[in-house]
Amino acid sequence: MKEDKLFARSKEIRQDNWGRLLCYISVTILLLLVVTIVYFISSKGLQTFTKNHVNVWSFLTTADWNTSLDAHGHADIGALALITTSFSTTMLAAAMATPLAFVIAIYVVALKPKFGQRFVQPVIELLLGIPSVVYGFIGLTVLVPIIRGRFGGTGFGILAGALILALMILPTITSLSIESLRSVDPSYQKFAYTLGCTHWQMIYHVMLRISAKKLMIAVIYGIARAFGEALAVQMVIGNTVQMPTSLVSPTATLTSKLTTDIGNTIDGTLPNNALWTLALILLLISLAFNLIVKGFTRGGEAK
Amino acid sequence: MKRKLALGSLIAAGLMLLGACSGSGSASNGSSSSSSSKKAESAKIMVVGSTALQPLVEQAAKDFQKENSNIVVNVQGGGSGTGLSQVSQGAVTIGNSDIFAEAKDGIDASKLVDHKVAVVGMGPVVNKEVGVKNITMAQLKDIFTGKITNWKDVGGKDGAITVINRAEGSGTRATFENAVLDGAKAVKSQEQDSNGTVQQIVRSTPGSISYLAFSYFKDDIQPLSIDGVEPTDKNVTTNEWKIWSYEHMYTQEKIDSATKKFLEYMDSKDVQSGPVKDLGYISMHDMKVVKDAKNKVSEK
Amino acid sequence: MNRYRTDKFARGLIYTIVGAIIALIAIFIGYLLVQGWSTISWSFLTTASDDGLGIRDQLFNSLYLLILTLLLSFPIALGSAIALTIYGKKSRFAAIAEMAIQALSSLPSIIIGLFGFLLLVLKFKIGFSVLSGAIALTFFNLPILTQSISLAIATVPEARMTAGVSLGVSKWHTITKVILPEAMPGMISGIVLSAGRVFGEAAALIYTAGQSAPKLDYFNWNIFDANSFLNPLRPAETLAVHIWKVNTEGLGANAEAISKGTIVILILTILAFNLLARQLSRRLQRKIYH
Repeated sequence: MKEDKLFARSKEIRQDNWGRLLCYISVTILLLLVVTIVYFISSKGLQTFTKNHVNVWSFLTTADWNTSLDAHGHADIGALALITTSFSTTMLAAAMATPLAFVIAIYVVALKPKFGQRFVQPVIELLLGIPSVVYGFIGLTVLVPIIRGRFGGTGFGILAGALILALMILPTITSLSIESLRSVDPSYQKFAYTLGCTHWQMIYHVMLRISAKKLMIAVIYGIARAFGEALAVQMVIGNTVQMPTSLVSPTATLTSKLTTDIGNTIDGTLPNNALWTLALILLLISLAFNLIVKGFTRGGEAK
Repeated sequence: MKRKLALGSLIAAGLMLLGACSGSGSASNGSSSSSSSKKAESAKIMVVGSTALQPLVEQAAKDFQKENSNIVVNVQGGGSGTGLSQVSQGAVTIGNSDIFAEAKDGIDASKLVDHKVAVVGMGPVVNKEVGVKNITMAQLKDIFTGKITNWKDVGGKDGAITVINRAEGSGTRATFENAVLDGAKAVKSQEQDSNGTVQQIVRSTPGSISYLAFSYFKDDIQPLSIDGVEPTDKNVTTNEWKIWSYEHMYTQEKIDSATKKFLEYMDSKDVQSGPVKDLGYISMHDMKVVKDAKNKVSEK
Repeated sequence: MNRYRTDKFARGLIYTIVGAIIALIAIFIGYLLVQGWSTISWSFLTTASDDGLGIRDQLFNSLYLLILTLLLSFPIALGSAIALTIYGKKSRFAAIAEMAIQALSSLPSIIIGLFGFLLLVLKFKIGFSVLSGAIALTFFNLPILTQSISLAIATVPEARMTAGVSLGVSKWHTITKVILPEAMPGMISGIVLSAGRVFGEAAALIYTAGQSAPKLDYFNWNIFDANSFLNPLRPAETLAVHIWKVNTEGLGANAEAISKGTIVILILTILAFNLLARQLSRRLQRKIYH
């Protein structure tokens, strides 16, 4: 009896095991959800190639979107223009939003925490709840005419799309950056000040260095959001499937094409399958992008 | 300890709810059948599809349920393609569509029953600044196929034409291309899916042209006459105005009595001279001509 | 330039940029508020849209959907975040899981919507309902919520865990008693972040929660009744979906006024939720430490 007790697991260990189990169950659910949705999209998206016999290579390297079949039962579908536009719009938006988000995060965490947390952060986060369609209409009625007047063309295009997107992803990057900067151990800051660092030296040499990897994750989430955004971009990008020739020429993104057309297509037919293929491509691009950013930041983290 | 319990129960609650989703399908069926034992005939009608037809069916369903409180009619959008796919798979009761099922690849139209409930007239609209009010059918075709690219060629001010087309595969676009393009391929251009967005773009983009359902004609955009014929309901009923289409409600061949009752109600005078007219559609009863799935028009 | 001048310059620049952004957002939000202000009235808030302008039911639906979604997604996100950041720290499994979750966050919401439509609404026969909408939003919400909770947990210095272990208490004990309370403000930010997206989301809901709002009966507490406000199996149009619908296919002369007024209500709701959540977190924290 006594020996049993000696070798039995303590209450603390049992508690810990239970907690660990619960947490792993949650991750499993989450991963199951991911697997289900990836499977779902792949099974529909791959049919374009397996059932409708569209050539994978030509799908990725041509820029014409024509889902009606010609006399030989062959369709001319290419997603190159969509991929190019999605990529450039997103990158441009991220390039505009990221520095601003970092600056706000530095302000909130390191310079004016009280005012920052009570006022600046809530104001920025307000932007999140505004529906995409509102961004779209503001873009259409305010931004597009300004761009038309300044840069010519019709005003629709990558520039308009990127500006709207930058505004939309700003709160996501800012919020996650704020948490990233906060995760820097406060004692490091104190060390830095004791060594005679100025505010800026502490921020630049200590805070940003230490949280670099986490800041990158914040950017990844911003970019992911930008890739997936549809309703707002669709209204200002010009929604024409053709290669962009400049920042102000009408073009279309993967998601804008997807959103515009999917309600009008019939399940299981080529036009429908091809749109699911776009979703699959989006998923793969995002995954690839993720790996690239991770690869870059692996070396950069100060330890 | 308390905290742990709370957390644990929260997680457990989450899990249970998640687990419940697979089971709740049967639960919802169960609840409807249990309430049917209380009332004589309780039924659920699920209507999915065309966003252009949605406002009408929604309004009609509201009025219908006031008199038939035992029937629940659930009207949602999703697009004509979604409506047709889901009704032919039997997943929904009624599939709304702006387009004949025969005109869609991948749909076996012979297995579906067509109920036409209204007519929609559509017409070209241009930005106010363009300075054109009338146009010939040939000119309209040339604009949408990209042969005419400046407004001065059709009697307007000097300025480039910006074509705003509708989404590929949409009922509106199919109707317009059948009536105007006559098999020619449309010029590559901007595509938008919804009437509201098109209206906004035409209003704010100089030199733009697109087409809209009559009910979306507003003061700040300019509708065009074609060959001197004005886009009015009256001209549609006689087919003098060529660009129009039916709004269809498709069902499977076998339908229950509640669905039948609702479809009969849609064709009744209450709806055809009530919501149909109020919301800017054209009544089936006023039509003097009929159009078949191949776009042949004949006297009624 | 010496380092004090650099410091001054950098700080000045940061203040200017933050000021400019806040001003820009203030103009943007102000523009929306001014445009819709004239529509707002007591009856706008308290009548159903059947009877004219009102958005009472949409407002309630937004809140109800938010609560259901958080109820579904918060426990999973919290558990996952703990597993990934504490138990499975630096393991290969955690790295792969994190990547999968991040990839999920890039899916356009319409895909989540269609997935929900085909799977939940049709296959599992849940129908267009609050529940379908909440599950779809959970999909959409989990990645960002998990990530922000993970980051919030990471803000707690690692020394806390070491101290806990050296005192002989379990990791779990340290997590629930020390780390989570300390990470509270960060977790609340995460909730606010995801709540904002839930409030503003339209595309995913059009296909799952639906875009019609049956008139609700607020005195009917029978959860199974079709018009009870609590019934999770009824279709529910939210504020954002209402705005979308009115803008894209709205007929009627009031369409523009309704959409602009609804935006104002949406902004005020988000603001209220935001402030309330932060207030609550401050209160909770004070309670824990004193």
